[in-house]
Amino acid sequence: MMREHKLITARIGKINPESIDDYLKHDGYTMLEKALSMRRIEIHDHFEASRLRGRGGAGFPVAVKLMALAKESRTPKYVVCNADEGEPGNFKDRYLMENNPHQIIEGMLIAAYATVATEGYIYIRGEYANAMRIMQKALDDARERGFLGKNILNKRFSFDIEIRSGAGSYVCGEEFALLESIEGKAGRTRVKPPFPTSVGLFGQPTLINNVETLATFPSIIDMGGKAYAEIGTETSTGTKLISLSGNIKHKGVFEVPFGMSMRDIIEKLGGGVPGGHKIKMIQLGGACGPIIPEYMLDMVIDFERFEEFESKTGAGAIIVIDDRFDVFDILRRISAFFEHESCGKCTPCREGNLHMLKTVEKFVNYNATDKDLNALESLARVMHQTSLCGLGQTAPTAVISTLHYFRFAYLNRIEESNIEEAV
Amino acid sequence: MAKIKINNMPLNVPDGITILEAAKENNFNIPTLCYYPDLDIKSDCRVCVVEVKGHKGLSTSCSTPIYDGMEIKINSPRAQNARKAIVEMMLANHDANCTACVRNMNCELQRLAESLGIHENRFDTVLQEKAIEQSNPSIVRNANRCIKCGRCVDVCKTVQGMSVLETAGRSHDAQVSPAYGKELKDVFCTYCGQCSAVCPVGAIMEKDHTHNVWDALDNGDKHVIVQVAPAIRVSLGEELNLPLGSIVTGKMVAALKMLGFDRVFDTNFTADLTIIEEGHELIGRLKERGKLPLITSCCPGWINYCEQEFPDLIDHLSSCKSPQQMFGSLAKTYYAQREGINPDDIYVVSVMPCTAKKFEAERPEMRVNGKDPDVDAVLTTRELAKMIKQMGIDFDNLREQKFDKPDEVTSGAAAIFGATGGVMEAALRSVKEILEERPLEKLDFDTVRGTDGIREAEVEISGQTHHVAVAHTLANARTLAQKVREGGTPYSFIEIMACPGGCVGGGGQPYGTTSERSRERIYSIYQVDRLTKIRKSHDNAAVMNLYSNYLGDPSGEKAHELLHTHYVNRRKK
Ligand SMILES: Cc1cc2nc3c(=O)[nH]c(=O)nc-3n(C[C@H](O)[C@H](O)[C@H](O)COP(=O)(O)O)c2cc1C
Ligand code: SF4
Ligand code: SF4
Ligand code: SF4
Ligand code: SF4
Repeated sequence: MMREHKLITARIGKINPESIDDYLKHDGYTMLEKALSMRRIEIHDHFEASRLRGRGGAGFPVAVKLMALAKESRTPKYVVCNADEGEPGNFKDRYLMENNPHQIIEGMLIAAYATVATEGYIYIRGEYANAMRIMQKALDDARERGFLGKNILNKRFSFDIEIRSGAGSYVCGEEFALLESIEGKAGRTRVKPPFPTSVGLFGQPTLINNVETLATFPSIIDMGGKAYAEIGTETSTGTKLISLSGNIKHKGVFEVPFGMSMRDIIEKLGGGVPGGHKIKMIQLGGACGPIIPEYMLDMVIDFERFEEFESKTGAGAIIVIDDRFDVFDILRRISAFFEHESCGKCTPCREGNLHMLKTVEKFVNYNATDKDLNALESLARVMHQTSLCGLGQTAPTAVISTLHYFRFAYLNRIEESNIEEAV
Repeated sequence: MAKIKINNMPLNVPDGITILEAAKENNFNIPTLCYYPDLDIKSDCRVCVVEVKGHKGLSTSCSTPIYDGMEIKINSPRAQNARKAIVEMMLANHDANCTACVRNMNCELQRLAESLGIHENRFDTVLQEKAIEQSNPSIVRNANRCIKCGRCVDVCKTVQGMSVLETAGRSHDAQVSPAYGKELKDVFCTYCGQCSAVCPVGAIMEKDHTHNVWDALDNGDKHVIVQVAPAIRVSLGEELNLPLGSIVTGKMVAALKMLGFDRVFDTNFTADLTIIEEGHELIGRLKERGKLPLITSCCPGWINYCEQEFPDLIDHLSSCKSPQQMFGSLAKTYYAQREGINPDDIYVVSVMPCTAKKFEAERPEMRVNGKDPDVDAVLTTRELAKMIKQMGIDFDNLREQKFDKPDEVTSGAAAIFGATGGVMEAALRSVKEILEERPLEKLDFDTVRGTDGIREAEVEISGQTHHVAVAHTLANARTLAQKVREGGTPYSFIEIMACPGGCVGGGGQPYGTTSERSRERIYSIYQVDRLTKIRKSHDNAAVMNLYSNYLGDPSGEKAHELLHTHYVNRRKK
């Protein structure tokens, strides 16, 4: 297993993303047609059999959300595509939007049909001007050809999609903050429950899924849920887009089946570390993911394995860091990111990130004591366990993981600190 | 019913309630901070976290519904440590100089820190000093003490429909303030003070007048008199640890005398006067087909709102001053003359359930001599309680005393001013009896009582049906005012109070006021009414004497000069 498994990226490179004709020539929108000819319950059965889990980070079972929305009788219902992708190290959603926009639209249409939703939004990160342009063109073309709007493919099925763009804050990718932002409010999360499938956009039932998740929907209709579930591992089915970056020869997006080892991804697909340097550590998933040492690279990509880090790291970034870097410099960058991005709504994240940054800085500056180590440890746990949304819950993941795998670095730094001089 | 376990104790609780509610029902008190009974569940502060078996993180008990088989640990070491760390974080970004704070010994954060056993803070302070806002007559905001619980934002938005306050900024720069960092005087604030009543700490509070009052009491050249609003006697006790709804009129008078006031008067007296004036205004407008509906004007929170957002309805407002201001102008004229005291030497203090009354007292219209305010200082219920505590008065053991003459005579109609619908009922008692020229058969107008946000009723007067309406909270006031603005409403008379429940739920009332507590106070107020001998304002002989000895006719020239006012369009751009 050393090659990519091109499923949702199969058309990329073969089609001009800005041409709907190209997409149609490559069997585009035929899976929508197929879905429209199926009974809704059949579609749900396929999703259940596929055991597809969300690709936006949390890895929530897709079929559960689809079914929950389908069961809601309140109308209108919404399908929202989360294309905020604000997490450093992630760029696979942009890749999909810029290279295969119609497949995302097709996925949203299938979702809408299966759940009887009538309106859709794609929430695109503000910085993604090019992706926004391409998606907009794709929507316009799809509408012109009758794939969006009223009575799609002459069926009693109507659905349309609008683009919204983010104000450039990371937390707007969190599903509730995103909905608030579409509603024109400040991007801050809401109290859960209720969840979006019952009370979502404008208070209505809403399905919210990641770009990659939605782009997978046509493949599931194509292959059938059971066949899809045969790709990957027992616990994680299908393929995953990996955003590979950092100190690596071939940066880019790769589609791999679950179960591939990180070492294979980095060495076989990414070509390894350039300039004769050695891998020191990698960060998984993005800023919110764990930092793990080189010796763990044989671990395979799998939801269950990732969950061992008490973090939700399914977005699929791998950031390679070579031996020239100091773990505390990396941590400082990550802490500063969260200290800036916290929305300020709940106490542990609003206040905690600043304390975390300050404590990490003590380690960066050779100014740390045992007390700081203890404080950092307990702060990280409290933030992880008590924050209101995923941002605060995962902000300390890098710290928690390094406290585990690089503990010696902390202890050394305390020893090397010049605290004694002050005594 | 669901079977759950709290701290290993098996319990049966109703389905659908939260962990917090289930715990409370079974006498477990989970600490909270952003939670407030009448407001939205925010679950922002995270103080109420508990451990739930099977949940990965800790769960906030205010927002997590229980389910059958749930096992909850309130005080697991993990939950306790988290709670403690959260409060320590708050304190690290808080000006925790408690001894210099109005909330000292009456602060939810302080109590929480104490009950969690926080004696030192594992976090270094990160407070960045911000300027204190005190540029308006009613409300002071000290951002250095704000813990961003969001209660004030919520009450202003959802209860009052004002949305004056908001959370701006991200991360630890998040600030609760009016939009764009403006000051309250520059936005649509009505000074209703609901924000100050729900704030758990000393971050939004009434402007302190206790110092001015202590100074005046200490000044031998000043004749210091005090008036007490109808709603205080049923709420002051709460702030002094007496049971909810205690009627403490006599002890309150005794305490005020001990504080050194030269005379202690009852605002109920001028409430009766207000009814006579407003009643005649209504009768006049009914007879002469004047501007209807007539809308009450005794609530300055509502007046501020009307002048700012419904200036086109100013003609509907009764021109009567509020009872507080009628008292003030009479004190500096009639009373001064009667007692032979130079009005400049009289210092008038009022005790009000209200922060907007501080603004009202400073209005330029409220100066009979054209330069000095008629009411020199306004204390909230909380401020009076504080002065009583500062003086070390053993309130509960005081022997009851009576108000000074002539205000000892007041009607039950005046007493009910403190409850939503009370002014309406008081006015109806007088207007109906005066117009029909025969004694009322029934004194209680039950249809205008209650606590529904907007209540409408029909009243028969001399065979004619009159429609009236009552609203409380500014959100409901907006709905009703909007209807009047659109025209075609059948009403002849409308009562509006800015605060939930009326003055019993005023912005200056004891901390911890909730709709449930307000209902208890309303109950006590009607109790006062029932126990009063005179129950109609126009039966108050002392008030009628005032007319014959000094004011002349109701609505007459002198009455107009002293007891009426006008309003201004204060629409802000
Ligand atoms: C701080 C934060 C940022 C997030 N950003 C994104 C994002 O950019 N894109 C995304 O799809 N999901 C993001 N998520 C996850 C979403 O909340 C949500 O779980 C996801 O959109 C659900 O889609 P899925 O089930 O298809 O993964 C973020 C979550 C958090 C807490
Ligand atoms: S965890 Fe952070 S980002 Fe999420 S609600 Fe709390 S403060 Fe906002
Ligand atoms: S708000 Fe409370 S904790 Fe803060 S200074 Fe005042 S009394 Fe102390
Ligand atoms: S005084 Fe009233 S209107 Fe003004 S901010 Fe406070 S709650 Fe809002
Ligand atoms: S001012 Fe008071 S009520 Fe408002 S957010 Fe701050 S602490 Fe809470």
